[in-house]
This record gives sequence, structure tokens and C-alpha cells, in this order.
Amino acid sequence: MQEVKQKAIELLQSGKVQRVLGWKTGEFFYDLTPAVFETVEEIKKDFVFSPFCGANLSKYLIAESRKEGKIAAFLKPCDSYSFVQLLKEHRIVRENVHVVGVQCNGMCDIEAIKAQGVKGVTAVRQEGETLVCETLYGEKSVPYAAALSERCKTCKSKKIVLFDELLGENGEDDPDCGRFDLVSKLEAMTAEERFAFWQQELSRCIRCNACRNVCPACSCEKCVFDNDTLGTANKAAANSFEEQNFHIIRAFHVAGRCTDCGECSRVCPQHIPLHLLNRKFIKDTNELYGEYQAGADLETRPPLVDFTQDDCEPSVVYTRGGNGK
Amino acid sequence: MQVNGEFKPKIVAFCCNWCSYAGADLAGNNRLNYPAEVKIIRIPCSCRLNPMFILRAFQRGADGVILCGCHPGDCHYTTGNYYARRRMTLLFSMLDYLGIERERTRVEWVSAAEGAKFAATMNDFVQTVTKLGENRRLEDLRCKK
Ligand code: SF4
Ligand code: SF4
Ligand code: SF4
Ligand code: FES
Repeated sequence: MQEVKQKAIELLQSGKVQRVLGWKTGEFFYDLTPAVFETVEEIKKDFVFSPFCGANLSKYLIAESRKEGKIAAFLKPCDSYSFVQLLKEHRIVRENVHVVGVQCNGMCDIEAIKAQGVKGVTAVRQEGETLVCETLYGEKSVPYAAALSERCKTCKSKKIVLFDELLGENGEDDPDCGRFDLVSKLEAMTAEERFAFWQQELSRCIRCNACRNVCPACSCEKCVFDNDTLGTANKAAANSFEEQNFHIIRAFHVAGRCTDCGECSRVCPQHIPLHLLNRKFIKDTNELYGEYQAGADLETRPPLVDFTQDDCEPSVVYTRGGNGK
Repeated sequence: MQVNGEFKPKIVAFCCNWCSYAGADLAGNNRLNYPAEVKIIRIPCSCRLNPMFILRAFQRGADGVILCGCHPGDCHYTTGNYYARRRMTLLFSMLDYLGIERERTRVEWVSAAEGAKFAATMNDFVQTVTKLGENRRLEDLRCKK
């Protein structure tokens, strides 16, 4: 993965860009955080590209591309979808961004590694199909596939949609990724079971707003949830309403624009499966209004700002899927 | 709400100013009965209905929420109800997905000339919601008096 760092140095040295958007180590080695680098020294010291670079850099370009000078950004396939979606929404100044697409083998999740019984991890490296973990207790190996984060296990596409240059090879869509399997499973449950499931999940929410803050689609200058009178701004919930309200509306606001980049679920400190809400909307729009992938291109109209005269009526919901009662 | 031991649902009806609101008026003029539990909120077009309004209504104690707008093709702003149709379909589906009784929400197209349809729709909706009973899954205890 030295290649990525080398590229960052090269771009800055050649004067092609004035800044580089990449990742550096945060609190822990597996907790990488997006960072802007302005000098070669900074890059040499701090720039990291590792199997923990889950963070999607696209959203940062909304602010960064409006600054003076050009910025290079390293985008994984899923990040490139977000980038294109933001371009489509006229949020990014394209001329100011130099996109370096990076091939992706899937990003790891420290929790998944721990679940494999590996403790005290201090560093990791990928060796083919295995992830070698250096730990306090010596080296341990886990299959790379088992260390993957949830979103990478069900990755919709390894294709980098848009780039100025590419590191590695471009991949392809994976229609068999199975990302809707769990949604279908939930749909097949009874309403009581679904309610119980979501109660259990959503009641853990601490309303930290991390999922909103990280989401490239949630980039409104003013968010409905930054409203003290709404009763959703804090975790002093009398009962479940606030969580339901927040989660329904958050997912609804990104419906048709959510690229399923997986960031919301990745950052949630409470491990709430937010992707199951987003994917419900994606699955519904696909089924009712035709296949649509946000961020896949710059032209097609998102399903919620489009219509046809013979769209189904909302009453389809009474008869569709699940057994309702 | 319990009245003399009998459950009376609270229904919020969001009605488009240009059609259903006038339809409700016509129902009144023609002395057609519909339950007093239905509280009408006038909106300028069906697509004005922000999904948050619906949740808010439930939070504040509604047991059912219905949206009435111009028939598709007849929207005063040409296309508003087409957008509303997609939004409400997705929202209702999401509510269902979260396990909230899907019969508590409804969309009906009622023109200004359809006073009878307005009354019939409301009677039917109130009946459905009465059967479902009180809204428990989307309530906010702090708002209950
Ligand atoms: S809702 Fe989640 S998956 Fe969708 S774009 Fe936002 S962060 Fe990505
Ligand atoms: S939750 Fe809605 S209002 Fe808030 S940032 Fe996301 S899309 Fe915008
Ligand atoms: S990140 Fe998780 S805990 Fe925080 S507001 Fe979002 S769902 Fe709730
Ligand atoms: S004006 Fe009645 S639905 Fe748009």
C-alpha cells in the first residue's frame, strides 16, 4: 500500500495539486481519520493507507473543493459513488479536485477481527487471502474475508465510477452481493416481530448524530435535527418516539440519494444497523420505480424527484410484502 | 382517547386546499355525516406534506393520519401530487417495515366535487382506525395528557 502514499507525495511535489486529502492515524491504529496534507513532510510522517481506511473522503470535498487551489482525493469504489452523487447535486467544484481512484479489496473492522478471537492487535497487513495481525501475544492470522466490515461483505460494486487516474485495477458491479437479504428477511416477519426488532436496535441510539455527520448525502447546511424545539436533539427520551422519528426521517431524507456507502453504520458507536433502513428505501424504489443506483452516473433522475403518471398508489403498501399483522 | 369507556380515535386529515378541503366543505353543505374525530389541516398542495408532519401528528396523539389531495393529473401545481404519491408510498412502506400498523396511514384523492367521497372516505378510515385501537407504537408519552 506504499503506492498510495507515493502517489500522494508525487502529486504534491509535481505541483499538480496544492493539497492532498487522505487518511491518518487517529486514537488507535485501526481508527483512521480523514486528513488534509499540505506538505510532503506531513505526508511522509502521517499519511496512512491500510485495511482500515473505511472513511469515505467524498463529503470533505464539499468544503475542500471550494477553497483555493486544487486538492487530490483518494477514492475507493464506494466513495466514488458518493462523489458522483455530490457532483450531481452540485455540491462539489469538480475543477478543483483531482480524483485518484484506488482499487479496493475490502476494508476491515476491528470488531470483526476481535470476533475471530484475536486480541491485543497492534498492527495488521494483508497477505493474499489472509490478514496477518501483530498482537501483544505474537502474530496471528485470520482469513481476510472474516475480518471484513459489514458493508464490505455485501459490497455492491468494486467499480470506481469516476476518476482522473487509477491506482490498481478497476472492478465491477456485483449484482449477487446479497445486500438486500436481511431486508427481505425482516419484511417476511410479522409486524410485531419487526417492531420488537427495531425497538431493540433503535432504543440503543444515543443521538450522537455521528451517522448524520458522516453521511455524504446528509450535507444540508441546516439540518432539521439541529432544532431544540423538536425534542429529537438529545437523548432524554421518554419513550421510543424520538428514535423512531429521527431514524425514519434521516433515512427518508437520503432516500434516492443514499449510495449505500455504509458510512452511517460504520461510525455508529452503538452498532445500529442503519444500512437496513437505507436499503429498505433502495429496495422499495428499485421494485416500485425501476432499478436505480445513486451515484452511478450524472444523468439519471433520482426516484424521488421523478414520477410517472401510472406510478402505484400508496395503498400498495397494504398488500405488498410481509404478512402485515 | 377513551370517551365513556369507548375508544374514539383521533384522526388528522391533511387536505389540499384546492380539492379535498373544498370537498370537505361540500360534504358539510350537503349535510353528509362524517365523524367529529377527524381534524382537518389545510395544506396548499398534497406535496406540502412533509413526512415529519405525519410523525409529529402521531407524536401528539393522533391514531391515524390521512392525506387527501387532487386526483393525479388534476394538481393545481400540475405535478405536486405525483411527487407526494411516491413519497407517501415509500414512507408508508417504511412505517410498515418498522412494525407500525400500516392501516394507520392512508392517501386518498378527493376532488372538490366529491363531497360524498370525502364523507365516505372519512367514515371508512375512522372505522379502520377504531378497530386498530390506540396508537401505541408511534406515541410520545410526554405529549399524552
Ligand atoms: S445514509 Fe449511510 S450508506 Fe447512505 S449515503 Fe449516507 S452514510 Fe452512506
Ligand atoms: S437528516 Fe435530513 S436535514 Fe439533516 S442533514 Fe440529513 S438530509 Fe439534511
Ligand atoms: S450514530 Fe448511532 S447512536 Fe449516533 S445518532 Fe446515529 S444511530 Fe444513533
Ligand atoms: S394542488 Fe391539490 S394536490 Fe396539488
